Amino acid sequence: MGLFKRTPKNLPEFWKTYESLFKETQSKKFNDLIFVVLDTETTGFSFEDDRILSIGAVKIKNESISVQEVFDIYLEQEKFNKETVHVHGLLKNGQRECISEILALEKFLAYVRDAVIVAHHAGFDMGMLNTALVRHGLPKLKNIVLDTGVIYKKTLITSYLVQPKSHYTLDELAEKFSISRKDRHTALGDAYITAVAFLKIISRLKEKKNFSLKYLLR
Amino acid sequence: MKNLISERVADFIKNYPPFNVLDSKSLFELAEQVLIVYKEKNSIIFNVDEPQHSHFYMVHKGAVTLNNPTNSNIIDYCDEGDIFGLRPLFANENYKLEARAHEECILYGIPINIFKPIAKKNNQVTIFLMESFASNTRNPYAKNQKGQLYDNEGEEEVTTEVVLPDLQLANYSKKLVTCSTRTSIKEAADIMSKKKIGSLLITSKDLPVGIITDKDFRNKVISGQQPITASVKTVMTTPVITYPKNLTITQAQMAMMKSNVSHLVITEDGTPNSPALGILSKHDVMVSLGDNPAVLVKAIKRTSRIKKIKQIRKSVMVLLTGYLEQNIPLGLIAKIISELNDTCIKQVVEISITKMDTPPPVKFAWLALGSQGRSEQLLHTDQDNALVFENVPEEDLSKTTTYFLELSKHITKGLNSIGYEYCPADMMASNPKWCLSLEEWKNKLSYWIGNPGPNEVLMSSIFFDYSLAFGERSLLDNMSDHIFRTVKNYPIFLVHLANGALQSPSPTGFFRQFVVEQDGQHKDSFDLKRRALRPLVDAARVLILSHSVKAISNTWERYEKLAELEPNNKELYLACSYATKALVKFRTRQGLANHDSGRFIQLDQLSKQEKMKLKRTFKAIKEIQELITLRFKVTNILG
Repeated sequence: MGLFKRTPKNLPEFWKTYESLFKETQSKKFNDLIFVVLDTETTGFSFEDDRILSIGAVKIKNESISVQEVFDIYLEQEKFNKETVHVHGLLKNGQRECISEILALEKFLAYVRDAVIVAHHAGFDMGMLNTALVRHGLPKLKNIVLDTGVIYKKTLITSYLVQPKSHYTLDELAEKFSISRKDRHTALGDAYITAVAFLKIISRLKEKKNFSLKYLLR
Repeated sequence: MKNLISERVADFIKNYPPFNVLDSKSLFELAEQVLIVYKEKNSIIFNVDEPQHSHFYMVHKGAVTLNNPTNSNIIDYCDEGDIFGLRPLFANENYKLEARAHEECILYGIPINIFKPIAKKNNQVTIFLMESFASNTRNPYAKNQKGQLYDNEGEEEVTTEVVLPDLQLANYSKKLVTCSTRTSIKEAADIMSKKKIGSLLITSKDLPVGIITDKDFRNKVISGQQPITASVKTVMTTPVITYPKNLTITQAQMAMMKSNVSHLVITEDGTPNSPALGILSKHDVMVSLGDNPAVLVKAIKRTSRIKKIKQIRKSVMVLLTGYLEQNIPLGLIAKIISELNDTCIKQVVEISITKMDTPPPVKFAWLALGSQGRSEQLLHTDQDNALVFENVPEEDLSKTTTYFLELSKHITKGLNSIGYEYCPADMMASNPKWCLSLEEWKNKLSYWIGNPGPNEVLMSSIFFDYSLAFGERSLLDNMSDHIFRTVKNYPIFLVHLANGALQSPSPTGFFRQFVVEQDGQHKDSFDLKRRALRPLVDAARVLILSHSVKAISNTWERYEKLAELEPNNKELYLACSYATKALVKFRTRQGLANHDSGRFIQLDQLSKQEKMKLKRTFKAIKEIQELITLRFKVTNILG
């Protein structure tokens, strides 16, 4: 596995199913879009050397999140980085039921489908997921990605005296939007906080002219 | 599937009826099926006659109102933990009321098909539901009517306009402060001053035996009848008048009149032979009625919790609506409401100081800027504020700044939770650029006035409309003096300010029609703030500054002062003063009706008469702008 590049022909069935979803054009209306807000916990910050410990995600349809439809999985680890354990408290093969990386990816693709992915500092989470996919000889994710760290800045007024910071942490967002920081540093907990922040950001941006998915991607 | 989110949901709903009586298995069963719904402010959750949803709702964050849209009355107000939209699902009928997000909300949608079997199994849940369906929900905020959350089945056309204030339950203070009969009068007085209360319950073996109030001290102690060393037993009013809980306001008022007392004791079984649960004072009754600003001020000053202030602010809004309906002069309304807002802010600052580990190291002042600073703010808007503290030695500066920044964070957060949105431009004292020592502020102000670009003019203009919200007045005066001295040295600054005042776009087009917004969310509505109010506010500021008049920050008062200073322009200035008041009133009415800031106006909703009234104010705007152009020779200098 992963030793040779798979040709498009011998890609597994689950990837083909996932890929086929993107053939149909999505609805252009913002309210019809489905968003998957995700967060990953990892052993560290290197795409190459570190591994995903867990993936948590919630699905937003029509400004609602169904508790039943959340995504929460933990991955088996062969690598283990002691230094980050204190951040998220996920010990290698702890109490949780763990599944293999490839099975986790399969489940994730089935869950995310062609939804718009939302994450805080999405570049990191997407990097981890894509590296994992590539490791298993699969192509990268095809979804549209929004970063709450970036779109949050669109809600701020820039003036001469107060330049927005270049970087806002999830904690700062939670503080600004008075979101409880319970379950912080678990993948699902962070995903939920990000989701609420995302909904609040969107409601503020809707007032702007030219509001659309395109506007958010700019 | 049990997960973190369902645990979080279960953790919340288990605190509120009817879920508080469920066993944890059913609780989790429910929580796993919950739909978490986000609703932006003013959005509809369900409409009248809309078919049933598959969920009923519990408010997790924010607030929801249930309205009768035909007469736009608020029937009920649901806070965090309240459930709504359940009755139609049980009765199998369409919604009879409209549910609207009063604030930005997060709701938990609880699926009825899961809840029903659980409710059937559990006796206590059934009882709770029966009771809540049968009883009328109390609603202190609906002005003219006592509404019904659940319309009566079978009964045709209930006359909803009946005034039944006597069904409203009176709130009493549940935090009892008591002392024994042997306590000395001095000790009792100490307790009362410390707790800031006007009455103290005397108990013996846990049973209420008497009450002492401020009045008893005056009549029986200060007058010399008893020394302060005597026991409270000698001066207390006894026996106490006791009542069971669930006393309505009217009952309480009657009881007080009948027994000629100002305090009732609420006991477990309503007799003096059971332990006391709380005290109901005349003051509590007045607060429940919520129609008296003095009572509200007192209630605000007494609270030690920010959440409570939020509740009281709702009463302030009721008061405001009433004033506008009665057509009380706007100048007076603004004074009262600003006073109440100021009191709220003061109290938030006080509470925030207690949250700090140490008292403030030096004197400081909390400044209200913008419309709050001009006392023109009637509705909740963004918070604009700043903090200035006394000069400290160089080596202590960073330590002191850190302290005040932390304090400011507590305060801005508190203000946010009582309803002031964070300023989107971050012009708040929690921003390090707005939390400075007197010396630092002076340098900053000098820079703005000495280098007037468009931004500097904007920034400094904010500082001409400030008022002290809390703290040391001398710091503020010191800043004002500095501003006026600096402006004298840079007369060109006034020209820039005048130019800024002319930048607002015109309210009417060439054919004297209203100019409406071209795009965005407010397309086709009229921007009252930018096109009508701001030009008047800006003009008043530059004119009053050119006369070096300080200490007046309110716009219509500025115009009145100008009329006094320049008799030849008196007519125009008075017209401007009138126009400002009319516009503020207009905006407030619009804001209350639509539950927003009132800034954008749908022209098609205005009557012909209202449109005429608006247009008349525009005449004043045009004339005052011409006067400024001529007087400051703006065009010559800036080209």
